[in-house]
Amino acid sequence: MPNGLLSTAARQGLWLCHGCSLLCRLPQAEGQWRCPRCGAPLHRRKPHSLQFSWAFLLAAIISYIPANLLPIMRTEMLSGTQQDTILSGVVYLWKSGSWPLALVVFIASVLVPLLKILSMLFLLLTVHLRSRWAPWQRTRLYRVLEVVGPWSMLDIYVVGLLVALVRLQSLANIKAGPGAIAFGAVVVLTMLSAMKFDPRLIWDALEDDNEYKTHATK
Amino acid sequence: MSTKHMPPNDDTQHVAASGSHPHAAMPLALAVISHSRRWSPGLVWLIPLLAALIGGYLAVQAILARGPTIHITFHSAEGLEAGKTRIKYKDVEIGEVIAVSISPDNKTIEATAELSKEAERFLARDSRFWVVRPRIAGGSVSGLGTLLSGAYIGMDAGKSHEMSQHFTGLDVPPIITGDLPGRQYILKASELGSLDIGAPVYFRRVPVGQVTAYKLDKTGRGVDITVFINAPYDQFVTPDSRFWHASGVDLSISANGLKVNTQSLSAIMLGGVAFETPFQTEKNGQAEAARIFTLSNTREQAMQTPDHEALPLQLKFQQSVRGLVLGAPVDFRGISIGEVSNIAMEYDAPRKDFNMVVTIQIYPSRLLSMSSNLDETRLHQLKLDKMVEHGLRAQLRSGSLITGQLYVALDFFRDAGKAQLGHAKEMDVLPTIPGDLEEMQGVLQRIARKLDKVPFDSIGQGLDTSLKELNATLHTVQQLGGHLDGKVLPQTLETLQQLQHTLDAASQTLQADSPLQQDVRQAAQEVTETARSFRSLSDYLERHPEALIRGKQGDQP
Repeated sequence: MPNGLLSTAARQGLWLCHGCSLLCRLPQAEGQWRCPRCGAPLHRRKPHSLQFSWAFLLAAIISYIPANLLPIMRTEMLSGTQQDTILSGVVYLWKSGSWPLALVVFIASVLVPLLKILSMLFLLLTVHLRSRWAPWQRTRLYRVLEVVGPWSMLDIYVVGLLVALVRLQSLANIKAGPGAIAFGAVVVLTMLSAMKFDPRLIWDALEDDNEYKTHATK
Repeated sequence: MSTKHMPPNDDTQHVAASGSHPHAAMPLALAVISHSRRWSPGLVWLIPLLAALIGGYLAVQAILARGPTIHITFHSAEGLEAGKTRIKYKDVEIGEVIAVSISPDNKTIEATAELSKEAERFLARDSRFWVVRPRIAGGSVSGLGTLLSGAYIGMDAGKSHEMSQHFTGLDVPPIITGDLPGRQYILKASELGSLDIGAPVYFRRVPVGQVTAYKLDKTGRGVDITVFINAPYDQFVTPDSRFWHASGVDLSISANGLKVNTQSLSAIMLGGVAFETPFQTEKNGQAEAARIFTLSNTREQAMQTPDHEALPLQLKFQQSVRGLVLGAPVDFRGISIGEVSNIAMEYDAPRKDFNMVVTIQIYPSRLLSMSSNLDETRLHQLKLDKMVEHGLRAQLRSGSLITGQLYVALDFFRDAGKAQLGHAKEMDVLPTIPGDLEEMQGVLQRIARKLDKVPFDSIGQGLDTSLKELNATLHTVQQLGGHLDGKVLPQTLETLQQLQHTLDAASQTLQADSPLQQDVRQAAQEVTETARSFRSLSDYLERHPEALIRGKQGDQP
């Protein structure tokens, strides 16, 4: 696509207010601007997009380790106490024959967060390197990421439900383990990371002139 | 703030008013400069930093909390499951079995367990591990909780300072955990009886302890029973305490009637041990742990003076020992001081005969209790040979004429022949004298021998001739009798008839109405009157003696 020839709003000194969608003309490129109608701060790209995205992603990667190693659920029954990590739960489900369920849990709780982290890492790295490779596919990947994100909360949802439901005192008791917190943190942080990421940055690399480069990466 | 926003509002109104024009000509709102200060975007890096800190803390904690890995061998893996079976100390979870494997020699199984950090100090070399399963033993039910929860490995921390990571699991849970206050004692018994691990120990019928272990002693001749007395009660065990089997029912019949003595019902069913300290005991104070006591069969036996030391003695009899059994009492003037422990036979070459060798055990302490200030050991050697010199002998006596039971009696026989204490096979040989029956037999034999010397033949012949002479004499007597019959008797009859006549005549003469009688009566009356007149004469003469000269004075004054 001949991107360089296309006219963009930014190139013409026009910014859209993110608050009220008012198209505003900038008197000059430098400085901080507000929307004249709603007063929201104006910016060409999401502010500090990459910095925030990176920070959240790193936090998510760090949290991913305890999320998988620590027990996510603690089941206290007459027959004793059992602590399950996500993977041990998957293994248990697989061994006990309900492999479709094992598959669902594995995909939702292990694979998806992992792929999300890897995808974000890939997107951020390519943007950082100003790669011009497959911008269209990368944008699509980003859209998928945004849609899929909340589904990883399935596990947390199940644990939360069980903790609330199974309260038979001495007979059976389920408690959320420390892994659940870490896992919740992973999901939230990856979602935040994806949210802070500005897909327009993917296309910025394709534009020839560096007029607003400083703004883009700020 | 509101005043600041006024100008843009005016602009927008202006824009809206001119909105009907084509798009190219549409005027655009001008952005307003912003002066609001915003927080530094660099602060967002605090989030990954925080995550890293928390993650790092968790990792460090996990590494620090990682305790030792131990290996426990069991006979069976029943109930053990890798990843599920816990290890508990006082019901607090301290670890988990992570693998169960069969030992290289295929005889046992090995459970590998990961313990928590704080469990490290429990791993003394003498720590004990066992599998807690539902169990019914010794009248108690334990481990019922494991019916639902599955077995777990129980643990008792040892006291050794040496640490170990390899342990051998117990088959049976220990009755007593290492930290239970109390003392252990060892009871030596001839047999286990109905005791089992967990059987109660009673003191005045209060359960104060338990049987914790038993094993055959090294020689296989007895059983060593380990009992544990719980803390407040172990002070009642003194060096002089007596232990006995409290398992049975003690039934005795005496002059007072039938007496049934039992312990509690559970003791009858399951067996038990009771102990008591004799009232007049001299040795006071608590018995030290692991002291060895003797376990008697009955209370009576236990409360007898304890037999500290058994002294074996050998007796050689030259008579039948029929009726003498193992365990037959050894009696000293009515008091049992020992028992028969062995009966054998040996060939006595000089005599060319067999000796009956009876081994007895006597308990010098029983003699000691009677003669208070004798030293045990000295009695053993010194006194016994002196006693033999003084006539101490063993003798077989009949305990019952009906059953023919024999017992060994020791006594002093002053008139016994000289003998000395012998030695054979590390045993003293006490001289014997023949028993009562045997002695009687001997006496009878001697009598018979003497009777044998009597010349019954000549005596018989003499007697025969004498009898013949006697016969002849009797014959003569008979003839004499016949002679008397023929001649003497008629004459006698005649004489008797004459005698009869004479007597008849006499009878008639003496009858009351016979003239002779009347004459005699009259004569007697006359004699009486004569006597009366003679008396009046004598009276007169007494008053008037002059009358003899002057004659009677008539009525003169």
